[in-house]
Amino acid sequence: MTDIAPENMGDGTTVTRLRHHSPERRARTAKRFAAERRFKYLGLSAVLLAAAFLVLLLWTVVGNALPAFTAHYVKVPLDLTTEKLTKENAADFNYRKIVRAGFGGLFPDVKKRREKRSLNKLVSSGAAIAARWEVSDNLDWVGTKAEVLLPLSDTADLYFKDLLGDLSRPESERTISDKEIAWLKELDEQGRIERTWNTIFFSNGASRESEMAGIWGAVVGSFLTLIVTLALSFPVGVAGAIYLEEFAPKNRLTDLIEVNINNLAAVPSIVFGLLGLGIFINGVDFGWFTLGGGSPRSAALTGGMVLALMTLPTMIIASRAAIKSVPPSIREAALGVGASKIQTVFHHVLPLAMPGVLTGSIIGMARALGETAPLLMIGMVAFIVDIPGSLSDPATVLPVQIYMWADFPEIGFQQKTAAATLILLGFLVLMNGLAVVLRSKFERRW
Amino acid sequence: MDTLVDNIIAEASGKEANIKMRCRDVSVFYAEKQALNEVNLDIKPKQVTALIGPSGCGKSTFLRCLNRMNDTIDICRVTGEILLDNEDIYDPSIDVVDLRADVGMVFQKPNPFPKSIYENVAYGPRIHGLARGKAELTQIVEKSLKRAGLWEEVKDRLDEPGTGLSGGQQQRLCIARAIAVSPEVILMDEPCSALDPIATAVVEELIDELRQNYTIVIVTHSMQQAARVSQETAFFHLGNIVETGSTDEIFTNPKDPRTESYITGRIG
Repeated sequence: MTDIAPENMGDGTTVTRLRHHSPERRARTAKRFAAERRFKYLGLSAVLLAAAFLVLLLWTVVGNALPAFTAHYVKVPLDLTTEKLTKENAADFNYRKIVRAGFGGLFPDVKKRREKRSLNKLVSSGAAIAARWEVSDNLDWVGTKAEVLLPLSDTADLYFKDLLGDLSRPESERTISDKEIAWLKELDEQGRIERTWNTIFFSNGASRESEMAGIWGAVVGSFLTLIVTLALSFPVGVAGAIYLEEFAPKNRLTDLIEVNINNLAAVPSIVFGLLGLGIFINGVDFGWFTLGGGSPRSAALTGGMVLALMTLPTMIIASRAAIKSVPPSIREAALGVGASKIQTVFHHVLPLAMPGVLTGSIIGMARALGETAPLLMIGMVAFIVDIPGSLSDPATVLPVQIYMWADFPEIGFQQKTAAATLILLGFLVLMNGLAVVLRSKFERRW
Repeated sequence: MDTLVDNIIAEASGKEANIKMRCRDVSVFYAEKQALNEVNLDIKPKQVTALIGPSGCGKSTFLRCLNRMNDTIDICRVTGEILLDNEDIYDPSIDVVDLRADVGMVFQKPNPFPKSIYENVAYGPRIHGLARGKAELTQIVEKSLKRAGLWEEVKDRLDEPGTGLSGGQQQRLCIARAIAVSPEVILMDEPCSALDPIATAVVEELIDELRQNYTIVIVTHSMQQAARVSQETAFFHLGNIVETGSTDEIFTNPKDPRTESYITGRIG
């Protein structure tokens, strides 16, 4: 076995050939295999690390969020026989006194003013409103005595969820007193406490009281905002992409436009908020006329326009990529049978590019849904209790709602924050999933 | 003076009878680079004219001038004169869409639309408004598929996608698509280069049949194919036409030494 042997070429020259089994060769092979293995493990560990962080994130969010999806209610006997209450005014009657009397009646021994006040704090301050919803849903209760489920205060609710920390600490270090614990235990023994699905969280707007706070206002606000964003950025983005890709002459000017679109996609989103504030809300004063301005503050309309500005570059880039990926042979085929440029684009290129365009739009929309910063600039961070009914009503959106709740110190809001985050994540996953489905369903068919 | 004009007209109309497309001093530039250099070629009606020559000699570029497909390339500039039935196709009054309906094209790689077989053929007649009503359109589709020799193979699956056919069938579908708008001239850019020998034979036979109704210009890399299907041949070399003439003559008795070396395989 000659390993590396000079070989005579017959014409006086010699060449040195590497033999397959030479130790040098084997060492080199082993080294190459080791390098490949190292690289593989490196990649694998990176993926595992990313997966671990994802699991950690979901674990904390889900763990924090789950308690917020249920709530504890107390069954209170309400005396609805008072003459002032009729079926006609049931929807705007003030039930505060009735609720106080009903709940106080469960503890006839409590007489002192101070004690009464702390007892009343066990039911939510929104209980009167909840009572109004219940009664106006069940008008035949008027004039009778009814047992009505009313929300507990957040402290009481958290007590039953065992989220108030170590209760063996001295009373002064707890948010709940021994007496309150005793009352709650008594209520529980009477079977008056019920844990149910937290409908308030899914149907209410913002509130200072964590047990009365819900995400519905933010969800509606997000929905209205995204509608505006989509309605503005989709047609403009796709039209721009078609023009740049199919019709625009390739020259310095279009090169400049292309570079700037790519730059715009990388501009920090808060800058778009400033732009929206300056142009849509304040308007640019040129002395003899004002450009823009007059758009409502804190409204879904303005928010949608700002997000449309932000999404537009992404939309154009994604649509251009999709249009570019349609093979030129399809265009030639259409032109070859005498289709005009417009016919070629609208009959052949655009339908084939549509899955890509839609995927890009959905991903752009998902980004817009998760955006907070530009909306802070145009006042969508305001505390809005009412559910927005139109595009010009004051509104807030999910990520801003999360941002605001995260600022509140009450423990109850920690769970709300996590729950809202979970719902936002759910929407994002849903949208990205839709994009994946669309992409695989309409995969290239040529 | 009058007699001179009459003579010219007489001469022109006399020539028109056996010249479908007349190309004079056609030059093509890609930006600064000249791809074709003052090419002159007459294309005879109802004959197959083969354009042969080594790669990059400008034969495809020339073919794409004949239905102004080069218009789609921004940097491409065409000078000279190309007449179709004595009408300048580069005249500003000519609509390129109408021109392409008269001068159809079949491409190197079969490129059916990702739609049904029926839609592939029906698309052209539909956008040109050639059919009044669905029945007439279906008639055109059937006639075109029959002429392209594809009818028997696909008549039961017209709703299936055209991209699902075999390569040779796809190319015949593209020919049917071109025929469907009733062109006068069909341009074919190496139509068999992506096909196997059996599919090639079928397409070549089809080209020979189509000659009865259409004027055909075919670019080909294969000497044998040019010899088999064409009546006229033009040999391109480095952007010039070196030699034109009847196929028999060019292949048996080439006048130019470059033609001879190419067809005998010494250059190419």
